[in-house]
Amino acid sequence: MAEKAKQLKNGYSLEKKENRTGWVFLAPAVLLIAVMSFYPMIRALLLSFQTGVGKSMSWTGLTNYIRMFKDKLFIQALGNTFLYLIIQVPIMLVLALILATMLNNKDLKCKGLFRTLIFLPCATSLVSYAIIFRSLFANDGFVNHLLMSIGLISQPVAWLTTTSTARFVIIFALIWRWTGYNMVFYLAGLQNIDYSVYEAAAIDGASPWTTFWKITAPLLKPTILLTAIMSTNGTLQLFDESVNLTAGGPANTTLTMSHYIYNLSFQGAPNFGYASALAFVILILVAILAFVQMKVGDTRD
Amino acid sequence: MTKGRRIGSYIFLIIASIFSAFPLYWMLASATNKSTDVIAGKLIPGTYLLENWANLIKAQKVGLAMWNSFRYSILMTVISLFVCSLAGYGFEIYHTKGKDRVMAVVLLAMMVPFAATMIPLFQMFSSAGLLNTAAGFILPTISTPFLIMMFRQSARSFPHEMIDAARVDGLNEFQIFLQMFFPTMKSTYAAAMTITFMNAWNSYLWPKIIMTNGKSLTMPMLIANLKAGYVTDYGSLMLGVTLCSLPTIIVFFLLQKNFANGITGAVKG
Repeated sequence: MAEKAKQLKNGYSLEKKENRTGWVFLAPAVLLIAVMSFYPMIRALLLSFQTGVGKSMSWTGLTNYIRMFKDKLFIQALGNTFLYLIIQVPIMLVLALILATMLNNKDLKCKGLFRTLIFLPCATSLVSYAIIFRSLFANDGFVNHLLMSIGLISQPVAWLTTTSTARFVIIFALIWRWTGYNMVFYLAGLQNIDYSVYEAAAIDGASPWTTFWKITAPLLKPTILLTAIMSTNGTLQLFDESVNLTAGGPANTTLTMSHYIYNLSFQGAPNFGYASALAFVILILVAILAFVQMKVGDTRD
Repeated sequence: MTKGRRIGSYIFLIIASIFSAFPLYWMLASATNKSTDVIAGKLIPGTYLLENWANLIKAQKVGLAMWNSFRYSILMTVISLFVCSLAGYGFEIYHTKGKDRVMAVVLLAMMVPFAATMIPLFQMFSSAGLLNTAAGFILPTISTPFLIMMFRQSARSFPHEMIDAARVDGLNEFQIFLQMFFPTMKSTYAAAMTITFMNAWNSYLWPKIIMTNGKSLTMPMLIANLKAGYVTDYGSLMLGVTLCSLPTIIVFFLLQKNFANGITGAVKG
């Protein structure tokens, strides 16, 4: 109301001045996004229809896009990435929700300590944690040492050089690194829910399970949607872990799409055209999955 | 809450806490132990720290990488916070025509994966002579939709009366932003600072592409290089990993409280 009155009083000139100042404030950020995100994206789209090296690029139509369907390594990388997505993201988000719900309890002691410890992994650099997990799960690493000393295994397990265990270690490490991060978002979301609602539910004799599904889940939906989109986005772009934990091995069975695109572009003979086509596949997947998640998030309203 | 359930909660939280902290404890303990002791499963801190340090600096230019990482990350944090908060404030405060459409486009940039822009960015930056420079390091991620959104969200709670009063007092629009908005939004700035500094410090793929000479080496690149040879020197490796992790852990601890508040502000709305 006050704003409207102000605008009426000062009339057209103030609005014009505000308009100009507004654009000056927005300009640096908006220009940077245009030049550093959208412009390169369009260039990548154009590149994806070309072939060749450096200045001698030539148009090839859809060749790059057709080639990827016969590219076993690409299909492998796509499959690996989706495996991480389907297994790791749900486990991590559910764990984060459980932890946040527990920490939201007013009667709980040492809340700050638990929260700090569980968030700690997110303060570790990505390359660091990849190397820590590589060392822990090495043949002569601590995990083998521990399992052998308690007699669960009689000789070292080759965690990182066997496909199934190498994938397990990557998923395990991802859960370790990102659960606390998502938990912080849920805790923030839970703070917006009036705590008396929970107390009332407890007095009415609602079980934690009912309370969770009837109160927490519906009210946290926007936050859950946000974390689901962020995690999907992040998983489709996994790079540091694939490079530093398993080096994509054994036999490329843990290679991620971003790692493959990096190898195609910056290792050996660069193939910018084909790599750009693959990068565009990631872009389209990110868009489709975000759209699907938003639709799913919407219909329950 | 029944007693049984409460005990269940505590057990679950204690397991989660140990699980979260153990790899980092192992990293710290191993940085002070001899590689053979690390392999033998020694978990208590040892006295081999100085020897590990000597081996580490013999193998890699740690001082240089630390200096570079700090330089790039601080520069990124300062510029990024300024640009994004200015934009977030502008989006919320001014009645600019078409700004909602612009905001929608800005948010779309969140969906653009880095893999889809890195090749053209590399081409652009190498023809502009920005390889191996601080500007090259920071330019692609100065302006991020997430930070703009966060500052816009917090500007929502900034009272318009304060702006009007400041205008009457003769402050210009930029002074209002700098002298009124900036000091009142400390917790948002602290949260944004934590996120930006951590992202900049951790950044690995982009520096790996554009930092082509040894002089612009960063800490994540350095520790990724520490794997030569059949026998891993776990002691010096973990010391390197510790040095690469400590700055972000310290920043997190210093700003932890503000960080949680800032995220709460960003999620609200």
